[in-house]
Formats: sequence, C-alpha cells, structure tokens
Amino acid sequence: MTDNVLEIRDLGVEFKTDTGTTNALRGVNFDVPRGKVTAIVGESGSGKSVTANCIMRLIQRPGRITSGSILFNPTSTESFDIVALPDKDSLIYELRGGLISMVFQEPMTALSPVHKVGDQVSEAILCHRNVSKAEAWEEAAEMLNHVGIEDVSRRINMYPFEFSGGMRQRVVIATALVCHPEVLICDEPTTALDVTIQAEILTLIKRLQTELNNSILFITHDIGVVAQISDYVVVMYQGRVLEIGSTHQVLKDPKHPYTQGLLAAIPGIAPPDQRLSTISDVVGDIDITTAYPLTTLSDGRKVSLPQEALRKFSIRRTSETL
Amino acid sequence: MLRSILKPFQVVSARVRSMNYVTRRILGMFPTLFFISIIVFVIIDLPPGDIVTSRLDRMEAQGVEASPEYVRNLRARYDLDKPLYLQYLFWIGKFVTGDLGYSFFYSKPVNELVWERLGYTLLITVAALFFTWIVALPFGIYSAVKQYSIGDYFITVVALVGLATPNFLLALLVMYFSSEYFGVSIGGLFSVEYRDEVWSLDKVMDMLFRLWIPASVVGMGGTAVTMRLLRANLLDELNKPYVVTARAKGVKPLKLILKYPLRIAINPFISTVGLLLPTLISGEAIVSVVLNLPTTGRMLLDALLAQDMYLAGSFLMLLAILTVVGMLISDLILAWSDPRIRYE
Ligand SMILES: Nc1ncnc2c1ncn2[C@@H]1O[C@H](COP(=O)(O)OP(=O)(O)OP(=O)(O)O)[C@@H](O)[C@H]1O
Ligand SMILES: [Mg+2]
Repeated sequence: MTDNVLEIRDLGVEFKTDTGTTNALRGVNFDVPRGKVTAIVGESGSGKSVTANCIMRLIQRPGRITSGSILFNPTSTESFDIVALPDKDSLIYELRGGLISMVFQEPMTALSPVHKVGDQVSEAILCHRNVSKAEAWEEAAEMLNHVGIEDVSRRINMYPFEFSGGMRQRVVIATALVCHPEVLICDEPTTALDVTIQAEILTLIKRLQTELNNSILFITHDIGVVAQISDYVVVMYQGRVLEIGSTHQVLKDPKHPYTQGLLAAIPGIAPPDQRLSTISDVVGDIDITTAYPLTTLSDGRKVSLPQEALRKFSIRRTSETL
Repeated sequence: MLRSILKPFQVVSARVRSMNYVTRRILGMFPTLFFISIIVFVIIDLPPGDIVTSRLDRMEAQGVEASPEYVRNLRARYDLDKPLYLQYLFWIGKFVTGDLGYSFFYSKPVNELVWERLGYTLLITVAALFFTWIVALPFGIYSAVKQYSIGDYFITVVALVGLATPNFLLALLVMYFSSEYFGVSIGGLFSVEYRDEVWSLDKVMDMLFRLWIPASVVGMGGTAVTMRLLRANLLDELNKPYVVTARAKGVKPLKLILKYPLRIAINPFISTVGLLLPTLISGEAIVSVVLNLPTTGRMLLDALLAQDMYLAGSFLMLLAILTVVGMLISDLILAWSDPRIRYE
C-alpha cells in the first residue's frame, strides 16, 4: 500500500466572470506521496496554481470548487477531505500554514511592506500555537537562521523592502516552514529570481526537505528544475492531468504526446541542428483536449489517452482507474 | 557664475536632506507659514478702502462730517499711512510675539476675541474628523469586503446623497426637523439653561451631547468621500500577494483585513487628514452661521466685511497655522505607520 499525504480526485473548479464561465480545473486526479517531492508541470493557464489554492482552500469568489475531493492524511492513520470542510471550519485555519503551507512566486510582493520581517514570520507560529510573542520571535529567528539568513538578530527587525529578492524568498520559506507543516507547496518559487539565486533557493528547498522530511508539491514550468528536484511528475494541460510518473519515467520516456512535445520544445534536449518543435508539431492530430480517464500502465505511470492510442502500451491489469 | 550663486543653496539643501524626517518636516513648516502670511496680508488688504474708509462711511451715514485732520490722525494711528511692506512687517512682527493687534470693529484687542472662538472651531473640527472616521471606516470596509452586495449598494447611494448635499442645507434640514418633530432647538453649542452658566461637568456633558450635530453636519461630505476612497483603496489591496500570503499562514479573516490590506489602504488618508482640515474649517464657517455656533465662522465673516484687518488677519493666520500643524501631525503619523517613508 502506498502512503500518500494527499489524494486528489476528480477536482473541478470554475470561475464565473462577466465574460463567461472558465473551467479552470476539469477533473484533476493525482497523489502526493509522503516524504517525496512531486512536481506539477504545465503551460501557463493549465491550472497549476488553482490546484494549489484548492489544497489550501484559498479559492475565493468568483471561483468555486464544483466537484471532487482532496483527501488529506496528516499522519498515516488520520485523514479528512479538505473540499468537504465547511467554509468557516476552524480546521481550515489549522490547515493553512500549520499542516500545509505555501511559498509563492513573487517574493517582492508576497510580504507586507509595513510589517517587520520578524512579525511576519512569527505570526505563523502565533496563529497555530499558544506561545508568547517573545517565544514566537525566538523560534522565527531560529528558522530564519536555518534558511540561511545571516545576522538574524539585526535583520529580524528590518522591513522586507530592505531585503533582496533572494533573501525575501528565504523569509517566505521560513514563514512557510516555521510550523513544520506536513506538506509544503511551492508555486514557482524561483521564477521571479535570477539564475544564481534560483539555484541557491532550489538547493535550500531540497536540503530542508531532506532535513524536515516533509512532502513537497512543487509547481513549475521549467523542466530543468523538475529534473533537479522532484521524485514524481504530474503533467497538466487545460485543467486536466495528462501524465503522471516518476521523474525518470516522464523525462526519459514520456508516453503522452503532449509531454513529448513539452520536452521537445526545450532547447538543449532537442537535437542542436533542428528547429525547436512546437507542441502541435509533436502532438499532431492526437486529441489532447478530450478528458480521457487516466489509465495505469504496467510500469506504474498513468496517462490520459484514447483507447486506440493506449493499444501500443501494456496496461496494468489489476489497476484501479482513477 | 551660476554655480557659485547656487552653492549656498546646495549646501543648505544637502544639510536639510541629511537631517531626519521629523526635523526636516518641522523646519519645512516655516517657509510655508511665511508665504501664507504674505497671502493673508494681501487678501485683507486687497479690497478697495480700509478700516478708516469704512468707519468714515458709517459716520457719514449718521450725518457726521469728519475733518481731514481727524482722518490723517486715524490713518497714522493704525500705520495705514506707511508703505505696504512696512505695514506687513509691523503686523507680522507683532504677530509672532503674540500681539495680535486691535480690532477696530469691536474696539477690543484681538487677543480677547479670537481664542475662545478658535477653541470651539477646533473642537468642532476635531469632532467632525472623528465622526468622519468612525462612520467611514466600518462602512468603507464593509463596502469593499462585500463588494456588489445589497449592503454595498445601499451604502454607496447614501454616500452619494451625503456628498451631493451642501453643508448649510443639511444644517437647515437638521434644524427644521429637530424643532418641528422633536420640539428641540439644536442651534448653538449649549442648551438654554447652560448658556450663561459657568463651566461645570454638566455643562461639558451638555456640550458634548450637542456637539455631534454640528460635527456630523460639517463632517458629512468628507465622510462620504473618505468612505468611497477607502472602498476603492481596499479593493485594490484585498487580493495583493501579501494578503494571500497572510491568508495562507492561517490568519483569521477579521484580523487579516485589519492588519494587512487596511493598514496599507489607510495610509493615503492619514496624509489627507491634514488636507481635510481646510475643507472642514471652511465648511464649519458656513454651518456655524446657520446653526448659530460660537465659533470663528460668523466673526471672521463680519471682520472681513468690515475690513477689520487685524481681526480678520489674525483669524486667517491662526486657522492657517492650525491647518499646517494638522498636516504636520498627519505626516508624522503616516511616517510612523509606513516605514517606507521613514527610510526613504
Ligand atoms: N481569479 C480568477 N478569476 C478568473 N479566472 C481565473 C482566476 N484564477 C485563475 N483563473 C483561471 O484559471 C485558469 C488556470 O489558472 P492558473 O493560475 O491555475 O494557471 P497556472 O497553471 O498557475 O499558470 P501560470 O503558469 O501562468 O501560473 C486560467 O486559465 C484562468 O483563466
Ligand atoms: Mg500559477
């Protein structure tokens, strides 16, 4: 039996706006295994952030979760459905920042400009545990030190605008981890940073994951980052999951034409003398917009393809279809 | 050449820049007040004629003929025969030492006339400011958080009506309804039984109880504007990433709004509290005439009409000082509330 910290089934989200209804998610299925790094890749607008926001119950008007469930197993014995929690349930507040926390894309704007760094980090502790403010600041300082901020006793009293982008992202990471959550969701945490800082932050996240042994859901559209950090990959497209597998499986031998297209479009992986392919070059006339169910192949990965395309693969007989 | 002329200025401005914000801001008041004093002086001197001509007019109306000798003496007594810049220097020189001059109209030193009235004006203005915030804050927040709800529409309509109603009309309406339907006269700051009493706790309570009527009438327009702007500012902030971050930390809704977006949305207002003051003070002047309040409004108006220059000038100058100090206070509060200004 596999030990999953999150099991997302048939998750649907719609946004009702003046211009019409957008189905941001149309039946998303995947698992986040405990103690591992799972990456979600997909182009812009494929629903990666919306998925993350569902897990945190951060979807707000005009958005609405229309279907599905997110089974959360904080330990291997207890579990509950995040989607089923009523809006004002205190468990939601316990969840946010306590059991599951999130690192955002824009470190420049993700912190309040008028509150001290120490205030913002320690607030996460004060929201979840009954400790004094002084104790919370103490722990915040420890965590800031842990994420590689030097001279913490001085910097904890500074404001975010006195920090560089990389340092701010470290502050955001410290805020996210200070309550030792089971799951850390990183929504493109390095996209807004320059390359050397990106590498530092990735190394930091990876290091902290091995130290704290939590589970990470890592959202990115950078395949290079996926190769570096994740154990599993979920490929999303237009609010659906097209392929799930171990990082090795998906990057070395993608089965879904869309994933193949995604990889072929990366400079450096495609043969040097060839024009970079566009996704439609590779996908050809295979239908990637219809919602086919995910089918488990014999090597454990899952793909969403029509019956005739599945014929060339060996399908796991005993599999449960998601 | 040009550079050597500018040099002393550059040295001064470099010094000023290196000072801390508070000192800089306080020193900045003085040039402002200097320019205001010139403007005030020009304004009170602008209308044709002066106190002497208006006194002669009155004498003539009573059929008294004034000799040229008398006129010349009168002019000399009030320095009106001196060149304009000397008149200004005499006036401002005495003003800064606390001698506000003499009111021709009331035949009393200005010092005996202005302070009590100025005190009431300040009281009503501050009360109007409190009224503005006590009303605008909760309704503005509600309007933003529940955008497009029935409550939001209702608040919007009421605010627009409040904005479109002139102060004096509102004052008249309030007076009419209170005397017509409740049989109480709300003119004045005191009930009849306390009007001529000496100060006592009861009198203070009576005044505070009556204060909210002129305060709300004066503060009405500003309240509507503040409410609408607060709603707009808050809507801009509500979905900013730093708010989402705080939400993702598990901060509860009410605390979330008060601590994060409101804190930012309110900053522009802190700095405009100072800007609201002149509007409130001039609004108060009109309302005080209608509601018969013992404030500056009526007397300032009379002084301007009678060309009672020391009285009018002192009032205008003192109101200007109040405003400038009000702005200073609001700027200092803003700097305290927003570290980005302090560190700039
Ligand atoms: N607040 C919103 N209002 C309306 N539509 C929204 C909103 N948030 C998301 N959507 C819709 O949901 C879809 C998925 O958005 P999402 O932010 O999850 O994409 P993403 O995969 O995270 O893309 P990116 O890589 O650009 O971050 C988008 O097509 C968008 O139209
Ligand atoms: Mg996104």
